[in-house]
Amino acid sequence: MHSRTPTNTTGLTLPSYERDDSSHPALATPEYGSTRLRAPQRPLQLLPQNLTEVTGPVLGHERVGATDHDLTVQHGGEPLGERILVSGRVLDSDGRAVPDTLVEIWQANSAGRYCHVGDQHPAPLDPNFSGVGRCMTDSEGNYRFVTIKPGAYPWGNHTNAWRPAHIHFSLFGRAFTQRLVTQMYFPGDPLFYQDPIFHSVRDPRARERMISRFDLDTTVPEWALSFKFDIVLRGSAATPFEDEEDEH
Amino acid sequence: MTDLPRTTPSQTVGPFFALPDGLPWPDGPEVVGTEEPDAILLRGQLIDGAGEPVPDGLIEIWQADERGRIQHPDDPRDDSTSFRGFGRCATNAEGRFWFRTVKPGALPTPSGGTEAPHINVTVLARGMLDRVVTRIYFPDEPRANAVDPVLSAVDPERRATLVAVPETEAFRFDIRLQGDDETPFFAV
Repeated sequence: MHSRTPTNTTGLTLPSYERDDSSHPALATPEYGSTRLRAPQRPLQLLPQNLTEVTGPVLGHERVGATDHDLTVQHGGEPLGERILVSGRVLDSDGRAVPDTLVEIWQANSAGRYCHVGDQHPAPLDPNFSGVGRCMTDSEGNYRFVTIKPGAYPWGNHTNAWRPAHIHFSLFGRAFTQRLVTQMYFPGDPLFYQDPIFHSVRDPRARERMISRFDLDTTVPEWALSFKFDIVLRGSAATPFEDEEDEH
Repeated sequence: MTDLPRTTPSQTVGPFFALPDGLPWPDGPEVVGTEEPDAILLRGQLIDGAGEPVPDGLIEIWQADERGRIQHPDDPRDDSTSFRGFGRCATNAEGRFWFRTVKPGALPTPSGGTEAPHINVTVLARGMLDRVVTRIYFPDEPRANAVDPVLSAVDPERRATLVAVPETEAFRFDIRLQGDDETPFFAV
């Protein structure tokens, strides 16, 4: 699928993936206090993209249960909050769909509380909401979740610090190089300006790529608002010579 | 021609990925079952810049099977395998993680070289805005390690930190995020 380097003497021809360092936050971001003792301080060494790097786990549909994509039906009753649809496509930076890949999400409930022993925020837990979802992309890279809009919540990073509402996403893609963990935000959130995690991505255009888009066309009347969020993983590294069989 | 999409930025995995039924799968650390005769136990500790354990990290591994085969469509070699190759383990209160897996075989490179048996590692944690990547090598492969193109490019004084330490019926691989013995990390 991906661009392949010209056939070499060994006959072992592998895809390669572009580097996209400019999209990502610096590990050492002082405004986010927890990076201080956890961001490696030595320069990273370039890892060649050999067999272990250009392959990745082939995770099957058996990882995904029947209600895993719908976080509103995993318990006896309906969770409280604003019912939303979150859907989009997983693509690579060549614009190609990433089919049959596992998408995992987790989030706070509508009151801004995670169903996690470590979350001490004095907001109520919801017995009908766990906040965990997973699904596989279809043959065109589409995914879709039904959930509840998560609430904002306070954290101890600085005085009166609040995280903007967000849903955590974890993706594998098809290669070790494509692994991505990110957060999806909601459009127009008033808390963006004071959030050092959101702003750890320095390029404003790159920050925009973490914000979902409200979509009236796919909003289901009388039932749920729809937010669209496409996720773009690293695509093939541009090579001056490509095989004739390459897809374009 | 339309503009190509740009990649989505990374964000931290945060402190709450270990929700019930969340990222730490029940079988996550078990790349192979207890019935596997060649199973090895891999264990270690994730340590921060103050020398303290990181109790909310997530360690993932990815590797070939014991014959160097990988279950993947982009592996052009003829060999096939049903080996899962992937493991995932949340660190516990002492920052410890473990995997049951097999020691991988060596792998050919496109330039005609050979990579020594190795396991790729992804480290995720609160306070880490992007994943970091390292590799585990094996102490019983001195000759293969000496010519491994990745390991031999690491500063000689730091190479030993990428080689697992033999223990009774296990290999130990600690990951130090900072400090004098910071683990070498790679950009993929």
